[in-house]
Amino acid sequence: MRRLALALCLTAAAAPAFADFPEAVRDHILPGYAGFAAATAALDAEAQADCSPQGLRPAFQAAWDAWMAVAHLRLGPVEDHGRVLAIAFWPDPKGLGTKAQMALLTGDPAALTPEHFPEQSVAARGLTGLERLLYPAEPLPADPCALIRATTADLARMAGEIDAAWQGGYADVLLTAGEPGNTTFLSRPEVRQALFTQLAAGLEFVEDSRLGRPLGTFDKPRPERAEARASGRSLRNVTLGLQAMKGLVQALTPDAPQTVAAFDHAIALAEAMDDPAFAGVAEPQSRLKVEILAEAVDEIRVVILSELAPELDVGIGFNAADGD
Amino acid sequence: MSASVSTRRMAIEMATRRAFLAGLAAASLPRLSWADAGSPAYLAAGKVGEAFVLHGLSGAGQSLFQIELPARGHAAAAHPDRPEAVAFARRPGTYALVLNCVTGRVTARLTPPEGRQFNGHGAFSPDGALLMTSEVVAEGSEGRIGLWDGRSYARIGEWASGGIGPHEVRRLPDGRLVVANGGIQTDPGDRTKLNLDTMRPNLTLLSPEGGLLDQVELPAALHQNSIRHLAVLQGVALLGQGVAFAMQWEGDPAEPVPQLGLWTPGRAPQLCPPAEADAFAMQGYAGSIAVSGGMIALTSPKGGVVMLFDSTGAPLATHRRADLCGVAPAPQGFVATDGQGAVWSCDAAGLAPLGQGATLWDNHLLALI
Repeated sequence: MRRLALALCLTAAAAPAFADFPEAVRDHILPGYAGFAAATAALDAEAQADCSPQGLRPAFQAAWDAWMAVAHLRLGPVEDHGRVLAIAFWPDPKGLGTKAQMALLTGDPAALTPEHFPEQSVAARGLTGLERLLYPAEPLPADPCALIRATTADLARMAGEIDAAWQGGYADVLLTAGEPGNTTFLSRPEVRQALFTQLAAGLEFVEDSRLGRPLGTFDKPRPERAEARASGRSLRNVTLGLQAMKGLVQALTPDAPQTVAAFDHAIALAEAMDDPAFAGVAEPQSRLKVEILAEAVDEIRVVILSELAPELDVGIGFNAADGD
Repeated sequence: MSASVSTRRMAIEMATRRAFLAGLAAASLPRLSWADAGSPAYLAAGKVGEAFVLHGLSGAGQSLFQIELPARGHAAAAHPDRPEAVAFARRPGTYALVLNCVTGRVTARLTPPEGRQFNGHGAFSPDGALLMTSEVVAEGSEGRIGLWDGRSYARIGEWASGGIGPHEVRRLPDGRLVVANGGIQTDPGDRTKLNLDTMRPNLTLLSPEGGLLDQVELPAALHQNSIRHLAVLQGVALLGQGVAFAMQWEGDPAEPVPQLGLWTPGRAPQLCPPAEADAFAMQGYAGSIAVSGGMIALTSPKGGVVMLFDSTGAPLATHRRADLCGVAPAPQGFVATDGQGAVWSCDAAGLAPLGQGATLWDNHLLALI
């Protein structure tokens, strides 16, 4: 079945203007997870060799870059076992991650073994956990080396499992949609619907969380709530996330020019900004730039509904959009 | 050979006898029963094309009849004896229709009194003599339970619901009524939420005569967790009669809060968080709740999940399906419906498709058994 599905992909690739969900799987999802697995494996190899925080930062940044290629995808293996939360637990308004991590730093080292670390709180693990160890705001209460190594190993394990699960079965769950025996996607339009939902939710997250949380209100800006502030990649996560979602659109259809233009506009605004951790939200002049970026992301959300949804013949879920 | 003949004769005799008895029953009791409606096991509202409809479904999820609705439906209440269902409009509702589920005809149309709006749910008294509907005073969203005669469907009065914005009401087996007062004041015209900073949902228990018997609120930190849907907890002897309730979080979406609670009147409500890995799987939003065989099912169309819990509120399983919302008990586990037109069988092991059609299923699935 898998061989047949891949053969269909190759046939489709011969027609250059053709794009649909098999192309999104082949050109967007699978390479994205493979890249994340490779980047986290490299990070872990470096950490096991030398756990000095300063030295690990470039590999850490590369791993988070790789995550941004797939961070908007919330379907399939990434949702199993809480992986998506354990990879990047943010926002965390109650500081659950810090609390759990401090307990691990000063507690029984047995919790850090490969057998037991996956049982620890999702809030303490992953990229967000590692960031607190590599870019500590205050001196840590104990040597973080063992926890750094446990975290990178755990991250590489999860990334490898997700990659393997897509390659070894979940890609086929999408590609065989509507075929007898497929009880996840009962038709091919359901896959387009699912991928469109990823885009809609991903853009909402960029606007409401990555931009909206630090923006707060004009009277009460909240720069301390920016994502990945300590590692200085709040803006970078927005830029890379938008680029990745634009890539998903282009894999799904060649025929969404307004959507692509709306993405390009927002990406250009983000690339022109010099405010890596959105510290500028507290000053009127620089705040305006973040607000304009948020408006540009909002415009993408409008355009995907007016252009992309009819193009893919999908919508927002009948009940999901409702609220009652 | 003779055995076969005698078996056949017995079968004929039984058939004759059955027809005779049926004739007798028809002569003495001319009114129709649920069996005459094809014995639907479930009722569900939905949308097909641009039309809004109500279906009767078999236990296997097949549509047995379909009735057109004047506007988007929400939930329904079934008369305990007669094959009649009251379909409620989505809030703020201006209609409720009494449907004869045998003929498919609308036999009565309920319109809320001036200044009142239906809020999507209702329940019959155990003997079917009284229909109770969740309503709000349009201005201010103060809750009312509208009272309607269960035969003539004349408006005969109303009770205070005990809070703001009541949504689902459920009758306990002994006739007492549990009301989920969601706490949200809405604009009478456009559903805009007006009081999220100060909202205080509660669970209220009313006597069969409408008297306030008990009322509980959530801890202050959860005052933005709107209590909206209910399922009667059955077969949980230690707890006595009570309900499982489903909540929708109006606070910071980044805060993990429970969507499930259990309440036995006379006690404090018990909150039942999911496993940590599933803390955000419902995106703070539970759409429907049902109880079956010691299990509780909670759906989230926003999160695209159904979560199963045991009768103590401990999580058992999480299954994913986009836009899943309607859920009701089945002989084994549950039946669930989604906004992509599919009907599912659901138990701790997983979801299995029963069928899919053109009707996109709306929020609720009502079990008639």
